[in-house]
Amino acid sequence: MTADAASAPVEKQGAAGPVTDGPAAPRGPRARTTTAYLRYVAGKLAGAAVSLLAVLVTSFFLFRLIPGDPVKFMTGGRQVSAEQLAHYREQFGLDLPLWQQFTDYCGKALTGDLGTSYQFNAPVIDKIMEALPNTLLLTGTAFVLYTLLGIFLGTRSAWRHGRLGDRLNTGLALTLYSVPSFWLGLLLIVTLSVGVGPLPGLFPTGGMESGGEEGFAYVLDVAHHLILPVVTLVAVEYGQTLLVTRSALLDEMGSDYLTTARAKGLRDDLVRRRHAVPNALLPTVTLIFINLGRTVAGVILVETVFSWPGLGGLFYQALSVPDLPLVQGLFFVFAAAVIVMNTLADLIYPLLDPRVGR
Amino acid sequence: MDTNDRYGDQRRTGRSPGRFRLVAAAGAAALTLTAGLATPLNPAPEQARAADDGKKVLTVAVAQSVDSLSPFLAVRLLSTSIHRLTYEYLTNYDPKDNHVIPGLATKWESSPDKLTWTYTIRSNSKWSDGKQATAEDAAWTFNKMMTDEGAATANGSFVGNFEKVTAPSPTKLVIKLKKPQATMTALDVPIVPKHVWEKVDDFSKFNNDKDFPIVGNGPFILTDYKPDSYVRLKSNKDFWRGAPKFDELVFRYYKDQDAAVSALRKGEVSFVAGSPSLTPAQAASLKGEKNIHVNDAPGRRFYALATNPGAKAKNGEKMGDGHPSLLDQRVRNALFKAVDRKAIIDKVFQGHAVEGAGYIPPRFSQYFWKPSPDQELTYDPEEAARMLDQAGLKKNADGRRVGKDGKPVNYRVLCHATDPNDKAIGKYLQEWWGKLGIGVTLKCLDNVTDPWLAGEYDLAFDGWSVNPDPDFVLSIHTCAALPATPKDTGATDNFICDKKYDELYAEQLAEYDPTKRADIVKQMESRLYDLGYMNVMAYPNAVEAYRTDQIKSITTMPAKAGNIYGQDGYWSWWSAVPADSGDSSDDSSSAGVVIGIVAGVVVLAGLGVFLAMRRRATADDRE
Repeated sequence: MTADAASAPVEKQGAAGPVTDGPAAPRGPRARTTTAYLRYVAGKLAGAAVSLLAVLVTSFFLFRLIPGDPVKFMTGGRQVSAEQLAHYREQFGLDLPLWQQFTDYCGKALTGDLGTSYQFNAPVIDKIMEALPNTLLLTGTAFVLYTLLGIFLGTRSAWRHGRLGDRLNTGLALTLYSVPSFWLGLLLIVTLSVGVGPLPGLFPTGGMESGGEEGFAYVLDVAHHLILPVVTLVAVEYGQTLLVTRSALLDEMGSDYLTTARAKGLRDDLVRRRHAVPNALLPTVTLIFINLGRTVAGVILVETVFSWPGLGGLFYQALSVPDLPLVQGLFFVFAAAVIVMNTLADLIYPLLDPRVGR
Repeated sequence: MDTNDRYGDQRRTGRSPGRFRLVAAAGAAALTLTAGLATPLNPAPEQARAADDGKKVLTVAVAQSVDSLSPFLAVRLLSTSIHRLTYEYLTNYDPKDNHVIPGLATKWESSPDKLTWTYTIRSNSKWSDGKQATAEDAAWTFNKMMTDEGAATANGSFVGNFEKVTAPSPTKLVIKLKKPQATMTALDVPIVPKHVWEKVDDFSKFNNDKDFPIVGNGPFILTDYKPDSYVRLKSNKDFWRGAPKFDELVFRYYKDQDAAVSALRKGEVSFVAGSPSLTPAQAASLKGEKNIHVNDAPGRRFYALATNPGAKAKNGEKMGDGHPSLLDQRVRNALFKAVDRKAIIDKVFQGHAVEGAGYIPPRFSQYFWKPSPDQELTYDPEEAARMLDQAGLKKNADGRRVGKDGKPVNYRVLCHATDPNDKAIGKYLQEWWGKLGIGVTLKCLDNVTDPWLAGEYDLAFDGWSVNPDPDFVLSIHTCAALPATPKDTGATDNFICDKKYDELYAEQLAEYDPTKRADIVKQMESRLYDLGYMNVMAYPNAVEAYRTDQIKSITTMPAKAGNIYGQDGYWSWWSAVPADSGDSSDDSSSAGVVIGIVAGVVVLAGLGVFLAMRRRATADDRE
């Protein structure tokens, strides 16, 4: 499938090429196109920068709307003196007026300091970096698998659309897409992890590692723990890619260039793979980048069911206090990932489809 | 449509390399997914019994994240339990009945003026790096907490009344107090090794989670920690009370309680506590299981219905908007008389709780108090109706009781949206009090602290975990705990301020004779019961479960019927005896290996076919 995607720009540019870059005018239009692209890029980058700033400001005020006093939450259920409470407030900077807290926050954030978590007494950036690789391992693996599976099945479905295979395919995808992920996860744990009847328990119930393994054994151990959460994620997520790919391909299927390709005597499989799919992939590319941005945010429910030590679980814990620096930091990182990915997508579109950005 | 059908036909008659690719793609996915299976090194989680090297490992499923491994910062149950296991405290509590017994201190005495306490420190406790644990370590720990704000973060309240702490000799610790304090044998402060901790710069930032093993002198030594994955401890062979029977103790994370129960059923963990307790459904599903014991133990919590006593700050300013009718004791008592505690135990807790009486749960037998028969507010809705009539809350034409302002009485009950028990009992209250002609509005919130601290409620579901020394749960109902002004927050639980109660509180805090002090505490409970501001409905059980084929025996606290997780002391894990039965899950892991290998072979074959097809296809179809 990656080969298909890579061939896309060639195909599209080849088709549109003669219109813009006529061989008769080798320099002028080319330069104009490049300038246009640069202007387009600058616009997108500026937009992204503004969005990031907006997120930075929003995250500060948004979470101060959560009811609850962090100090009271953290000292609840135990004996604390008034001095200790005052000390907490001072340490967290909660005794300062809001505008001062805000300027402090902005000043620090611009130097890359996201503050110190209230509940873990550790720099927010450390807590995030601790969990980020775990989340990326889980969501990244799942992302690659569900994207490939979605494109693959979506293509097949569209090519044979209306037939039993298509109906089964879309039906199953839609069913799984609407299944709550935590429920599916628990079901997998009860069946594949604990074992049912003659079926033995094949996978660990949760966590990312058994602990104490080293080297290759550690890699295998983590892979073993990764299977069920990845299967769960792939099952509930691939449907989206499948449906988008399917409908985009259906739109292309009546096109004349496909008839041309067939007239050249190409096998049907190649017509689909080399001609139809690359042109139909644009909406899927959009979806891929959106999903890629989301991978950072983790998946709270799946991470919880499978006890995966990732960002989703951290976000949940941060919200329940509320651990303001930690929620702010996480929110910023999540939003930044989406913004960066969307910007990347914006930058890549004109390369995939020259009609964009002109 | 036609075109598509044509393509379809063509596909059916033509070659279909797609099928091979389908197989291959599925195979590739399967390969990824079964990679772990094919591991003969399968890190089989069934490790509670003898591991490869013959180590006996006890694995406990936990859900709570560690806030800090520094005893100066940690406040969560898991972290403080780990500190119980890794550091000695001056005193400990007897697992049989919670009375105070020696810890790092072997004996203690107070001066006649009650202001000087002298502890004798044991000479047979060594730090895990070989150095002797001395009174100097204890003095340094307390002094650090008294002088460094960062070091006072978690346990500062214990030293608030300390004047001076010294160590005249390695076995003698002297603490001078500002005023008498009966809780001097309940100083739940981990004593840390001075020679390690004096190198720490900033106590408010140091989390003690980098250099393993961590030097300690408890029954276990902390050897490894990975946030939200596991906490690993090994037994301290030189522990003065005797080494634990298990070689290793591992707390493993299961963020979802159903997943933790599954892990227990499978044998991946030896013990599940639940947070705070297994649900009735989980307990019921485990009850019949072979090799699993469900421990339905009396808990340390009380579960109460708090009544707003007309919240006020210490400066006398009124706070919030509690219903004025609740200032009448007859109304409060009548409301509680219309609460069917037995139904709550049977229907809501499904038997996993004990009917409420006094403020302190029965497991703390020293302090447990029950109302006398004529004092008891038994369930009697008719009597409750009469009491409300007497209090002047008469029914109007619609059958609803009206207050002095002529409006129908409707109480706002604050409930925790996260607690299903609150919601269920709230529904019952609507029914029971509705029959009396009183309306109930349930205010179920994710975070109840804001209206609670502002006194903006009429009644609220309340509950606290009680320590062997009841000082703290008693202190939160004194006038001194009220916020200074309406803008401040105080330690108060429910804005109670009662002169008689306060006098008794001061009296018990200065009473060093345990029996006499317990008597005073019981009088306080009686007073609290009569006032009707804290109506204890139930003592929820701590429902937990463990595998009997991994743990042969384990000490509960109190011994007769008690809990295992979160004890006051290290008794459960220190005393746990490994079961010596064989590994029953061997077949499952070997079956996994077999299946994995078969799957791997299939996948490799598929991949081979795929590659062959692919090569031919690209050679044939150049455009």
